[in-house]
Amino acid sequence: MSQNDHSHGSPAAASGGHDDHDIRAHIRGYMIVFAALIIGTFMTVWVSYIHFESVAVTVAIALLIASVKGFLVAAYFMHLISEKKMIYSIMAATVFFFIGLMGLTVWSMNAGSIIHIK
Amino acid sequence: MDIPFTVEPRKDTGLFNAKVGIWLFLASEVMLFGALFSTYILLRVGAAPGDWPHGLLNIPLGMLNTIVLIVSSITVVMAWASLKMNNFARFRKFQAVTLMCSIAFLCIKSYEYHDKFTHYEVQLNDGKVLDGHMTESDAEKFEIHGHYVDKAEAAKVTHAWQEREVKEDHYTVKRSDVKYMESYGPWHNTYTAIYFTLTGLHALHVIGGALVIFMLWGPLAGMWKTDPERYTNRIEISGLFWHFVDLVWIFLFPVLYLL
Repeated sequence: MSQNDHSHGSPAAASGGHDDHDIRAHIRGYMIVFAALIIGTFMTVWVSYIHFESVAVTVAIALLIASVKGFLVAAYFMHLISEKKMIYSIMAATVFFFIGLMGLTVWSMNAGSIIHIK
Repeated sequence: MDIPFTVEPRKDTGLFNAKVGIWLFLASEVMLFGALFSTYILLRVGAAPGDWPHGLLNIPLGMLNTIVLIVSSITVVMAWASLKMNNFARFRKFQAVTLMCSIAFLCIKSYEYHDKFTHYEVQLNDGKVLDGHMTESDAEKFEIHGHYVDKAEAAKVTHAWQEREVKEDHYTVKRSDVKYMESYGPWHNTYTAIYFTLTGLHALHVIGGALVIFMLWGPLAGMWKTDPERYTNRIEISGLFWHFVDLVWIFLFPVLYLL
């Protein structure tokens, strides 16, 4: 930190309860997540060049890697791993409706279901 | 009258109000993109064999854009951490990189869109179909860099890697030999329709997020001197939105480019 940087605001005010040591520990975590996301991106592309015969296997692997990357962003960059109950409540409702939406989508593809579109 | 709970947490939620607000907004965004992903699934599953294109997009460019957004995500979170450590100069540098990443992302996306608007499916009078990029054009004829489409063979393509193995060449076509031709714009087929809808909506989010980050980085940065905690909270909120934009792209990339 340069001396000029201390000229704005008060460190205690801006830190909001975090001390520098906590933040530096977080930064180490962010760097690990960053590296994992880059590796995950290369893995996603590499896997797409593997000649799997099954479309289901290709889709499942690509979505699995994307889900792991998505989890890392949400959990660490968006701090969902250490949030308050209120945020978890909002996310629980979102996950419930999202799963419902995807469930209805898959259900509608079943020719025998009452919501199947011909 | 001051707006309450901009810095101090409410007793019932344990959070400052803007944080609850952004998460409620992001919940609505999950459902918005979820509905479009649902549309994608239905269109793809419902497409007849050969009608759903594979390997149509440029994978290295898509991967580059993914890396650009991941870099911007780390710079956003590092900018927030810099403010937490009271290092405003470092915050400015990190957010400057974020803004450059957003511009780079949009430039690459624009190039990809241009690529689709110069990519044509040409139906000839003799029944043959030519598919490729228009490289030259005049009043009499035009040149296509691509390949002739065999509908029976195209119906067997189920993976992007199969399409990548198709050999391409240069073909000169007289305009009088053309029965019908159309570019790969949103109107071309259900794939390009959902591709442009999903990526266009995502690009609008990138533009919106970048504008907010720019305003906080430049014109509104004075708040750091007068109310640093509130300013830091604003950066956190804009960062949460930016990470969501990154998160959506993490799913869009494999779904649209690789599968």
